[in-house]
Amino acid sequence: MIESSPLPALAVAVPLIGAALVAALGSMPNVRECVSIALALATLGLVVSMLPGTTDGRVAEATLLELSPGINLALRADAAGMLFATLASFLWVLTTVYSIGYMRGLEEQKQSRFYAAFALSVGAALGVALAANLLTFVLFYELLTLFTYPLVIHRESDEAIRAGRKYLLYTLSGGLALLGGTVWLAQMGIDTTFSEGGVLGSLTGRDGTVWALFVLLAGGVIVKAAVMPLHSWLPAAMVAPTPVSALLHAVAVVKAGVFGVVRVLIFVFGVDLLRDTGAWQVLAIGAAATVVLASLLALRHDNLKRRLAYSTVSHLSYIVLGVALLGPLALTGALLHLVGHGVTKITLFFCAGAIHVRTHRENVSELDGIGKQMPVTMGAFALASLSMAGIPPFVLFASKWYLGAGAVDASAIAFLFVYIAGGVLSAGYLFPIVARAFWRSSPSFTWSGWHGEASLKMVAPLLVTGLLALVWGIAPNLPFSFFSLATQVANGTGGGA
Amino acid sequence: MADQLPALIPVPLLVLSILAPMVGLWRQKLAFWLAIATIAFSTAMSGWALAHVIAHGPMTYKFGGWEPPIGIEYVVDHVAAFVSLIVMAVALAVVVATRRMAEQEMQGRQGLYYSLVLLLLGGLTGMVVTADLFNLFVFLEISSLAGYALVFLGGRKGMLAAYRYLILGTLGGAFYLLGVAFLYFGTGTLNMADTLAILSASEATTAISAGAVFIFIGLGLKMALVPLHLWLPDAYTFSPSSVNTLIAPIMTKVGAYAMLRMFLSVFPDGYLVDEVPIGQALVVLGAIGVVFGAAAAFRQQDIRRLLAYSSVSQLAFIAIGIGLATPAGFVAALLHIMNHALMKGTLFLAVMAVRMQTGATEVPALTGLGRRLPITTAAFTVGAIAMVGIPPTAGFFSKWYLSIAALEQDLWVILAVVLISSLLSAAYLFRVLERAYLVHSPADMDGTNDELEGEARRSRIPLLSTTWEPKIDVLLPLVLLAASTILLGVFNVAVVRHVLEPGT
Repeated sequence: MIESSPLPALAVAVPLIGAALVAALGSMPNVRECVSIALALATLGLVVSMLPGTTDGRVAEATLLELSPGINLALRADAAGMLFATLASFLWVLTTVYSIGYMRGLEEQKQSRFYAAFALSVGAALGVALAANLLTFVLFYELLTLFTYPLVIHRESDEAIRAGRKYLLYTLSGGLALLGGTVWLAQMGIDTTFSEGGVLGSLTGRDGTVWALFVLLAGGVIVKAAVMPLHSWLPAAMVAPTPVSALLHAVAVVKAGVFGVVRVLIFVFGVDLLRDTGAWQVLAIGAAATVVLASLLALRHDNLKRRLAYSTVSHLSYIVLGVALLGPLALTGALLHLVGHGVTKITLFFCAGAIHVRTHRENVSELDGIGKQMPVTMGAFALASLSMAGIPPFVLFASKWYLGAGAVDASAIAFLFVYIAGGVLSAGYLFPIVARAFWRSSPSFTWSGWHGEASLKMVAPLLVTGLLALVWGIAPNLPFSFFSLATQVANGTGGGA
Repeated sequence: MADQLPALIPVPLLVLSILAPMVGLWRQKLAFWLAIATIAFSTAMSGWALAHVIAHGPMTYKFGGWEPPIGIEYVVDHVAAFVSLIVMAVALAVVVATRRMAEQEMQGRQGLYYSLVLLLLGGLTGMVVTADLFNLFVFLEISSLAGYALVFLGGRKGMLAAYRYLILGTLGGAFYLLGVAFLYFGTGTLNMADTLAILSASEATTAISAGAVFIFIGLGLKMALVPLHLWLPDAYTFSPSSVNTLIAPIMTKVGAYAMLRMFLSVFPDGYLVDEVPIGQALVVLGAIGVVFGAAAAFRQQDIRRLLAYSSVSQLAFIAIGIGLATPAGFVAALLHIMNHALMKGTLFLAVMAVRMQTGATEVPALTGLGRRLPITTAAFTVGAIAMVGIPPTAGFFSKWYLSIAALEQDLWVILAVVLISSLLSAAYLFRVLERAYLVHSPADMDGTNDELEGEARRSRIPLLSTTWEPKIDVLLPLVLLAASTILLGVFNVAVVRHVLEPGT
């Protein structure tokens, strides 16, 4: 049941409009930061206020205006959208607190631009989450590219500018492919309002058309989901300040890509159509290869953020693979992994940032014994590492359980082994860091004085997210009903399996 | 008074253009006020005409009361009112904003300058409202002559550019006239509606088709369709800033409009596709032009030249829409006429403001602009983003409608061209934006040479000034134009539904 409500529009508008306020308050950093936090809290409040309705089956929808004859700019708080929106707005609150500690700790330049672009990016990500049809989705997807660009090039170094160019080239190209598919559907007169069974039923039997559309639409979204070989913008974008890497390149942007895969595969093509054409297999194999290859690459990188970036590439493809398997179990797992990986990876990035602020170290090989200096930070890092490896009872164990079960369900045992291999490799590239931090101290290595923990503004958020990686593994419904939302989506869409 | 509207748009501009130099001789500054009042009046008349047409349908006006085909007829339909309003509104914003620049550049010749501006606008709006093929030629020549003279005001380099423009422009006019003559021999009339009726009733002949080809070449030159664009980059680059800011957004658009007119009201439906492959030629040359223009823009160091090649690319975009010869294609073309006028108006005005405040015109010299002229640079950024076609700016919807129109005819190549053009636009515009915002970017990032770096140092941007923002008379039109590229994107459906679809 759909109810007309201004709430979805407000949830998107508050950060977008608030960004102007943030930018205008540049001369008063304290007020600016307060406004940033207030914006994040207000947005979270708006999103959460829609949760009970969504879980009860009363979906709030806001239709704003006509974008093209017959196609509206419409936002809808359905279960899938709410899952992503809640995650993004919740983590935005924590990231804002963390950013204040980080940016002040490093005395970064142009902080107003940073906070304003951050708010804009989150607003665009919420728009992606709540978009009710493909054109609205494309609109926010492109805005997300635009708004995150200033964050990627924040340092304004040569490296940052090169990364920015690469970022634009990849994500704009992806957006154009997506636009091509969207235009085509509009020209055929197909209403692309997202629907649980897909909207392309009329194309059944026209395999050539379906394949071409699949290449355009799925090809467009997997750029941001960083499926190989379209991934290389993501490690490059790690040049951005760590809070950006944490929220945007572990949660908002890349998850917008992954979420786009969910929207395109499940809500546009529909499970039945994809199963008939077999288009899912190509994507599944590509994603499976990415899971393994990216993990192997992560092993090779000494730079901590780069290692985490490749880990992100790998784990995003867990989700893409889960969606491509087209079963309710795999889809539940994919959506849980979206949430779980978000909270886990943001912890790891928070920790990397905290280490950077306190010690200016960025390489894994320099972190011997750091656990003694920063026990809370490295403790959270350890929790997140356990989660990434999929150790029970952490949240990524639960999601991987469903993903694996989905692979078995789809009679594709090979993919089960991909998931297992991914878990082992995750342990392989993360556990040594924990081990070095706590149990190793090289004789040639001396800490130049006592470093200690970073400021409370940085430690508190990373501790919260680290613990949540554990708590959500045991009680995933606490307090945002992520599990209910995931099963609601899966049962609604993959039920025919 | 409503039935007089078609004449009330161009005639005051033409009449006052004679008065302006005399007033200018008496009081230099008064010429500006006279011009601005006339332009504002014509803009208001265009707006009124548009409202009237939407409410009551097309209006006709018979000059001197003579019945066509003997007399000259003016017709203001949806499309004419729409284009006329855009041309006049953008001109109004630009003329207001370039006042002080013109004072600087036209020392002692402001009366002449404003006379030419009025003449140009009178010619352009005349082309828009006339329903007579020969009268169209007259207005085409009026606007072109005013254009040559305005470019000529740009000093020595402007002289050469104006000469080239003059030769090619006259050639274009001659081709058009030749084509009209062929049509006249075939039909015995110069009135558009008459021509349409006669051509619809009779078989296609070689003479008519040859006439169509001549008209196509003539108007192709005026709208700078590749490969007939050669006059444009120099004319935009070497003319005075106040001039290129005025002609870049509107002049070629009216050429495109005249081309569209041929499809809509002169030749029968399908004639220019089935009998003479002019539609196909427009699509093919348009596709080439879109890519060529963007690629050429990427290589330019002078920002005005960069924008000029970008215009070549964008005009080709309009050409594709016209060449598709379907209602959807026409809607896309007209929408882009509006969108491009607004976007280019924004960009050229921002460049003018930068030149006025700092003297800089080369891309490397724009380093650090975002800090010194924040509002101007922000407006430029909005224009640039609209050119790239990020939703919900106007440029996005140009792409959207043109893609749909192309797909209707299964022209996949055009879809690809449209999408790639947006990536190419991003390439040449972000090159500028990087410069403007990223102060620390080193000189050799995009292969600039020492000489140009020297240029950057010589330019009058002091390193430690707080703000160099121009005054409100420049900023306000600039911000309004920039805002309109966003607003007319968001509310594009209103334009499409009420103006463009009934008109095509």
